[in-house]
Amino acid sequence: MSGRWSWFNITSVVFGFAFLYLPIVLLVIYSFNESRLVTVWAGFSTKWYGELFRNESILDAAWVTVRVAFISASVATVLGTLAAVSLVRFTRFRGRTLFTGMVYAPLVMPEVITGLSLLLLFVAIDFARGFWTVTLAHITFSLCFVAVVVQSRLVSFDKSLEEAAQDLGCPPFQAFMKVTLPVIFPAVISGWMLAFTLSLDDLVIASFTSGPGATTLPMKIYSQVRLGVTPEINAVCTILIGIVTTGVIIAALLNKRRAMQDDRV
Amino acid sequence: MPSLGSIRRSFAPWSDPDAKPYISFRNVTKRFGDFTAVDNLSLDVYEREFFSLLGPSGCGKTTLLRMLAGFEEPTEGELYLDGQPLKGVPPHKRPVNMMFQSYALFPHMSVADNIAFGLKQDGMEKSARDERVAQMLKLVKLEEFAKRKPHQLSGGQRQRVALARAVAKRPKLLILDEPLGALDKKLREETQFELMDLQQELGLTFMIVTHDQEEAMTMSDRIAVMDKGIIAQTGTPAEIYEAPNSRYVADFIGSVNVLEGQVVASDDGHVTIEGRDGRFTGAVRGQGPAQGKTVWFAIRPEKMRVSREKPTDTENAVQGEVWDVAYLGDMTIINVRLDSGSVVQAAMINHSRLVDDPIGYEERIWLSFSADAGVVLDR
Repeated sequence: MSGRWSWFNITSVVFGFAFLYLPIVLLVIYSFNESRLVTVWAGFSTKWYGELFRNESILDAAWVTVRVAFISASVATVLGTLAAVSLVRFTRFRGRTLFTGMVYAPLVMPEVITGLSLLLLFVAIDFARGFWTVTLAHITFSLCFVAVVVQSRLVSFDKSLEEAAQDLGCPPFQAFMKVTLPVIFPAVISGWMLAFTLSLDDLVIASFTSGPGATTLPMKIYSQVRLGVTPEINAVCTILIGIVTTGVIIAALLNKRRAMQDDRV
Repeated sequence: MPSLGSIRRSFAPWSDPDAKPYISFRNVTKRFGDFTAVDNLSLDVYEREFFSLLGPSGCGKTTLLRMLAGFEEPTEGELYLDGQPLKGVPPHKRPVNMMFQSYALFPHMSVADNIAFGLKQDGMEKSARDERVAQMLKLVKLEEFAKRKPHQLSGGQRQRVALARAVAKRPKLLILDEPLGALDKKLREETQFELMDLQQELGLTFMIVTHDQEEAMTMSDRIAVMDKGIIAQTGTPAEIYEAPNSRYVADFIGSVNVLEGQVVASDDGHVTIEGRDGRFTGAVRGQGPAQGKTVWFAIRPEKMRVSREKPTDTENAVQGEVWDVAYLGDMTIINVRLDSGSVVQAAMINHSRLVDDPIGYEERIWLSFSADAGVVLDR
């Protein structure tokens, strides 16, 4: 970038970042607060992290969340990748536009509506609400994110690679597994990470579709906060932020490495 | 009777009526929706032949190759390989290997793994496989690059890897889709001869698609010139160049001057036409066109003689004014504006470094040619 830092530039950057990150930074700082009172600083301490790990109900919720996120991300990745492949490859099948629109609709659908409609469905088919309903709901909404990520990679994928594999003796499915999948794998992984973090974060859809015994961490935090913010909650949130940030950074790095490789080929 | 071109060919299975074709397209049509890419096309290619499909983009030549490899099925018609019908045989079961225009090297595998891919697929034992890979690397002179990934290679090296991978399985037929398109001119010329040597060495049948007429002329035993899904003409490079069957073919290969006229006289093998540009006699294939029919006299620039005086030995001459002169080193091209207004091109080989009295702009000159120098075309 050319040009020097003018005062105007510096001010806008500082304000911009402050706007984005000040609340988060405050939360992280207060998670290390000695005091029970959230807004009064009484010295550095990690005791709330210790408390946290003795709090059974929060640990349970965390375990539920991780399991939901892992299963839903994995299933969504498989389904999303398949959807992306068919969207990119079969350009001429009947109803393609409709199918494309339907895969992407949940991206812009308000979560409340997704949650409510899923709830209605589960009630209608008399599906006992709990762990599996949350997981299914998360698969539904994260599938389209995976499809978008994988599709953007597949568009630039040279189809003759797969044809070359077939030409050298691979049946079509093997050609996909041996050539296409390894080449687009970074995109599949970043799709999985995106799905995982989305599931980890979700409160609205989980609240609608969850049942007794399947409280996720965001739900737990939300219900606790209604009784007052404790430093314990700050500690949980700090850990969550850490996990999500790591995930996002890894996904970005994978994408960047892929882009660099594409440039070189 | 003198023959066409300046090469004597000993390999010519296509002129042997008993020879069995290796590849046979029988009335093949391929449609994509409303678009007809290949239109009722029949073609025979013989074993060990180096065969080129030549044509502008969109003429159906790549579709023809892809049908042979199995990536497209003909809409109508039949395809035979070594006498066996190919209908319904998927690509991975065809004894054909293809070299792709984009090379299609697997980016996540090393050069050696790329070459070994097809062998592994066939279940070849590791020791035999390694030996074959080493042999292939040696053939394309890439021994030191076995462990590199494709993105660490230059364009020419990638082309060689693609070639090695395609011939590693020792297919009897190798099909190549614009194999030299991505290389620069000098590298392309070198590679052309390497491809020819390789084909000889391995005894393969090559079927190649190209839009570069020079490339097709250099390498092929025979060429099929394609136009909008049909084959305009099939023949040896010399036949295509010296005895084109239509203006399309004459114009597609090399430069040509085409002058329109009506048939006024014909005798054995020659036809005389007369039009607004003058009266010319040229050779015809087989039965000549009927009297009075509109035809075209086609003559290549290098087959015209340029002189200041009216030639005395032939009636086949026309006068004009020098319009443009281009000195190319090996030859000089002049554009001559005939009295009728048409502009024709003549090429003079520069036999000597020193020229006493060179031709200049706006000079009036005569162009003359023997009765066998030009051809009369009826379409």
